[in-house]
Amino acid sequence: MSAPPSAAARRVAFPPNWPARIAFVALAIYVAYASTILDISWARFVAGFGHGARFIARMFPPNIAADKLQLLASGMLESLQIAIIATAAGVLISLPLGLAAARNLAPLPMAWAARALVALFRTFHPVIIAILFVKAVGFGALAGMLALIVASLGFLSKLVAEAVEEMSMQPVEAVRATGAPFLSLVIMAVLPQVMPRFIGFSAYQLDANLRNSALVGLVGGGGIGATLFTAFQRFDYDFVLTIVLAIIAAIMLGEIVSGFMRRLFQ
Amino acid sequence: MSTSLTASSTGGHLRRWQRFTPGERVMRSTFYLAVLIAIVWSFESIEIIPEFLYDAPQQTVDLFARMWPIDWAWYSKVVHAALIETLHTATLGTIFAVALASAVALLVARNITRSVVLNTIGRFILVATRSVHAMIWALFFVAMFGPGALAGTMAIAVHSIGFTGKFLAEAIEEAKSGPIEALTATGAPPLAILLKGYWPQVKPAFLAIAVFRWDINVRESAVLGLVGGGGLGMALETALSNLYWDQAGLVLVVIFAVVIVTEIVTAWIRSRII
Repeated sequence: MSAPPSAAARRVAFPPNWPARIAFVALAIYVAYASTILDISWARFVAGFGHGARFIARMFPPNIAADKLQLLASGMLESLQIAIIATAAGVLISLPLGLAAARNLAPLPMAWAARALVALFRTFHPVIIAILFVKAVGFGALAGMLALIVASLGFLSKLVAEAVEEMSMQPVEAVRATGAPFLSLVIMAVLPQVMPRFIGFSAYQLDANLRNSALVGLVGGGGIGATLFTAFQRFDYDFVLTIVLAIIAAIMLGEIVSGFMRRLFQ
Repeated sequence: MSTSLTASSTGGHLRRWQRFTPGERVMRSTFYLAVLIAIVWSFESIEIIPEFLYDAPQQTVDLFARMWPIDWAWYSKVVHAALIETLHTATLGTIFAVALASAVALLVARNITRSVVLNTIGRFILVATRSVHAMIWALFFVAMFGPGALAGTMAIAVHSIGFTGKFLAEAIEEAKSGPIEALTATGAPPLAILLKGYWPQVKPAFLAIAVFRWDINVRESAVLGLVGGGGLGMALETALSNLYWDQAGLVLVVIFAVVIVTEIVTAWIRSRII
């Protein structure tokens, strides 16, 4: 501390950071390499922006003809219904599934089986699950709904299991000591501890389901996604813009509602 | 949730102790009622064709029966190249996203850009890019650039701006002002202040966000091909439209493996570096 720095050290206040420079060069080389692999070139960019300009020109002004608005409304309502039902069913089923996956309450073999199931649900993107359900139950809202239920289960059950594993075991032991059956144990000792967090997760999941309900429609799962995909295929770009703006508005509204829900139950 | 505790007080009459104020109780009850109404309304009015449900179990069995045995030979022919494309799409998309998001984050961070108008513009960019899902961005970019990995990469990059930029801006705003003031006092130019004042403070958060987003982007880029974004999704789409379920099964297995491996890799990076 007390020794004055040597003249050389004083001159270079910030010595060159060679590892960072090498990492930066490596990154640049990777970008160049991956770009050639993916056939990304400046010429294609420029051509694309030309198309993009024409494309955007065709999107304005957004189409708000009465028949289109009716299509939009019915699509949005269906998406909303899909999201609400998927969240409600996901919440109902994820409680028992999450309890079954909690290693401090469920017998271990059952806990591992439930964990594996939840991990499987979480691994696949909702869109892929939707494709499988479209094959199983046909095109329409039902397939989208089932896909989102599976996706919700993957997220909610994992969080329920984690919350149960982190809770205090003392109330559980107290209730157990009275000889109460398992259901009473869950209602009196477990739920009061995990409920506040669980409602927060549910609000988040409603948000996510609202976003994803626009997606599952792209592969045949009904809702606004189906309307959007049809509009794209028919080159109704001005209607596409209307739909996208409506989706953005719905998602922002959903964020406000779920934020309100979280505050209410904090 | 509305547990009410009672306690007797002096004077013989009972005083009721309640966990929530009357206002809170009214709000909560209204909320529960609204939830109930929303669920009932959804069930009542959603269009489900019951005829489709009758043969659902049969169709499901048929689905898995057709996938088995999985067509492993297709891996070296098509799926391997698609897998590589998906990984590059996710990685390159993340790199572009981080670069673009850094610029927007600087615009949003109030301690760097001291203009409410510019902050709001930046915030709008973050919300708008995040609200439109990567698959919908992919639809746009396929219309612009044609089908292929370029559209997928752009979709990943643009969609990730919102998420990455939001957390980057928060990290920048949390940076301590001490080093910044010290640098400013020496008369350092703005770029030097960014590089030597802010960057060392936000670097850990920056890397963590990038790795976390990469994990998400690998999942996302695996499905972008369904709308023309290239990669594994494209292979899945081809298999499905040809009704080759054994090939579709192979793609699903590959996606499953990639997602698991990605999760392991990101967990390892997070524990080692960050």
